[in-house]
Amino acid sequence: MEIYLDNSATTKVCREAADAMMKMLTENYGNPSSLHSKGVEASKAIENARQNLADALSCSKDEIFFTTSGTTANNTAIFGAVNANKRKGNRIITTSLEHPSVSECMKKLEEQGFEIIRLKPDMNGAFSPMELMNAINSKTILISIMAVNNEIGTINPINQIKTAVKRASSDALIHVDAVQGFGKIPLNPSKAGIDLMTVSSHKIHGPKGAGALYIRKGVKIQPHVVGGGQEKGIFSGTEAMPAIVGFGTAVKSLPNITQELADTKTIRDYFVREVTKIGGVHINSPDDALPYIINLSVLGVPSQTIVNSLSEQGIYVSAGSACKKGHRSEVLTAIGLDGKRIDSAIRISLSRYTTKRDMDEVVKALDKIVMRIRR
Amino acid sequence: MKEIILLKDGELALKGLNRRTFEDILMKNIRQRLRHAVGEFKFTRSQSTCVIAPVDENIDFDKAVDIIQHCFGVVGISRAAQCEKDIDVIKNTALEYLRDELSFARTFKVEAKRSDKKFPYNSPQICNEVGGFLLSHLHHLKVDVHNPDVKVTVEVRDNHAFIHGNQLKGAGGMPTGTGGKACVLISGGIDSPVAAWMMAKRGLQLTAVHFASPPYTSERAEMKVHELLKKVARYSGRIDLYTVHFTEIQEAIRDNSPEDMFTITMRRIMMKIATRIAESKDCGALITGESVGQVASQTMWALRCTDAAAGLPVFRPCIGMDKNEIIEISRKIDTFDISIEPFEDCCTVFTPKHPRTKPTPQMAEEAENAAWDDELVNKAIETAKHMAIH
Repeated sequence: MEIYLDNSATTKVCREAADAMMKMLTENYGNPSSLHSKGVEASKAIENARQNLADALSCSKDEIFFTTSGTTANNTAIFGAVNANKRKGNRIITTSLEHPSVSECMKKLEEQGFEIIRLKPDMNGAFSPMELMNAINSKTILISIMAVNNEIGTINPINQIKTAVKRASSDALIHVDAVQGFGKIPLNPSKAGIDLMTVSSHKIHGPKGAGALYIRKGVKIQPHVVGGGQEKGIFSGTEAMPAIVGFGTAVKSLPNITQELADTKTIRDYFVREVTKIGGVHINSPDDALPYIINLSVLGVPSQTIVNSLSEQGIYVSAGSACKKGHRSEVLTAIGLDGKRIDSAIRISLSRYTTKRDMDEVVKALDKIVMRIRR
Repeated sequence: MKEIILLKDGELALKGLNRRTFEDILMKNIRQRLRHAVGEFKFTRSQSTCVIAPVDENIDFDKAVDIIQHCFGVVGISRAAQCEKDIDVIKNTALEYLRDELSFARTFKVEAKRSDKKFPYNSPQICNEVGGFLLSHLHHLKVDVHNPDVKVTVEVRDNHAFIHGNQLKGAGGMPTGTGGKACVLISGGIDSPVAAWMMAKRGLQLTAVHFASPPYTSERAEMKVHELLKKVARYSGRIDLYTVHFTEIQEAIRDNSPEDMFTITMRRIMMKIATRIAESKDCGALITGESVGQVASQTMWALRCTDAAAGLPVFRPCIGMDKNEIIEISRKIDTFDISIEPFEDCCTVFTPKHPRTKPTPQMAEEAENAAWDDELVNKAIETAKHMAIH
């Protein structure tokens, strides 16, 4: 038995994407910059992938730029926007719960003398649009906020960022790290007035090694990685064709998002009902969080022990956030949980392949673990 | 160009009557390690030097040099070019072979050793010829006979001439196995690999016992131990690791011993299990990374209690060292970065809130008796997983 429930860390590549990649590795292996027909073929494949991304984000193909990961897309967006606008001001607004690929950029910028305002989340882990508006001043050049929190699944009101910026009469750029939301909730950056949006391949059943940045038409950013001028100079380096095509195919293979969201919510609610029947199990994710991410604590059992025990039974989940091994979760601290809850927290993250029966197995396994380990 | 390695008698760390035996063991160790990691080498002993030459010249010579440098018992080695006994060939070989080394030197000198007295040039003449030739090609160089940056050595022997630059440092210590075999209790922390390395340096061949408590400890903790031992094995050679499944015993301790005695009891049972494994593998001692006062189970009183449980002498080379001193060695042997990876090991499972720091042997025995289960202990020993680490 193998039940993979660490889909917020990474996902299994879907069959369609794997097939498309194999073709890129063995047949269509050209460099899209080459002038001969092998190059032209590759170039068609990348544009096709770009179109798939554009369709998913309801934008134009010219607004999609491929990178090598969510991290490189976030770095490109943040450093690119800041470097293009540093003469206008030095204030950047973000939240205290961003993924390290954003928060570490902020740390670097802070060292360089930028003023970083980190909005504190409310009890659900979301930022407050009102507080955001109050933090914006005439020196503000960039706002960077994640769409969905990777540890507890809180959905941020990203559609209200533009309103806050307008009300504060600012022309600050807006960046949204949508890695955990992409393919799971409807995203329409141009409608929401978002200037830059990061998405990643391997969280939606595409391969590792590809990410993309949406850059709204007319928005200028400075390249962060320079070289041969690929991706219109925004992200140089020979395109990772197999990964990019796999990404494009995975996007195309996404099912109807609204339907899938509703189905997952049903499974999630069912699981929460069942699992909380076990004494000492508490759900840490807010009720209206993304149903794909369920953070819970099994009081009295350390996170790592739960992860190892479930792993022995072929069930794979994560302790806190997989990106930060061995550290106490800032997110869980920020939403006001005590040490005991945090030290026994695990993250179960679902995919469109997760079934109700899988979740029954998890409940059974957790029950067994609690019986054995808790004294 | 054919490269060889020269290992000179004076460069072995050994003196006295056992010297010959020790040398034989060292050569055997080197041969085995080269065979395992690089390939076959030919060992020729002549005139107080051992010449180690690759059978196949396409092997990874850098790696071979690295392996010999890390063998305990080797104080220094010379990496040399072998060439024809002709003064022009010698000159050109010296220039070509040592060009890189000499490019970064300001001063040099040439030293010649001629054991083949029929060679038409005597030692001072060889020095003059080779030195003059190098000077005429490398204009930045100056001669300094007292304190040169690079000492170029030319050895004219019966069959070949050898040319080498500065000697490379070896790991020192005594050849592995000359002191017998001992068994290290390895956790995954900073201290135990350092302790293992220190005792291996004194010529002990290592066997290792690791206690794993899945699901409380993760697979990664075991992988970490493998990585640590690989680093130690660079110096000590092959290590036989036995991983003991310790979960049930730890649960029995949790359920039956007084909480403040958990750690002591666990350590005592570990010592007993390690002793039995060690004895069955012909080990004459146990090795631990304990250091007085570092944690509650390493106070003098606690050590007395755990010591009493061991059936063999327990070597604790870190006993009087500060953490910083231990860390310094762990950095030197490259285990530090692995040790600090944050995976739980079995010593941190079920740690009592207030462990007893001054237990008496009687308390320790009572606590152990309460938790002891022959069947569990036998099963743990019988099911220990073996793995050879190189």
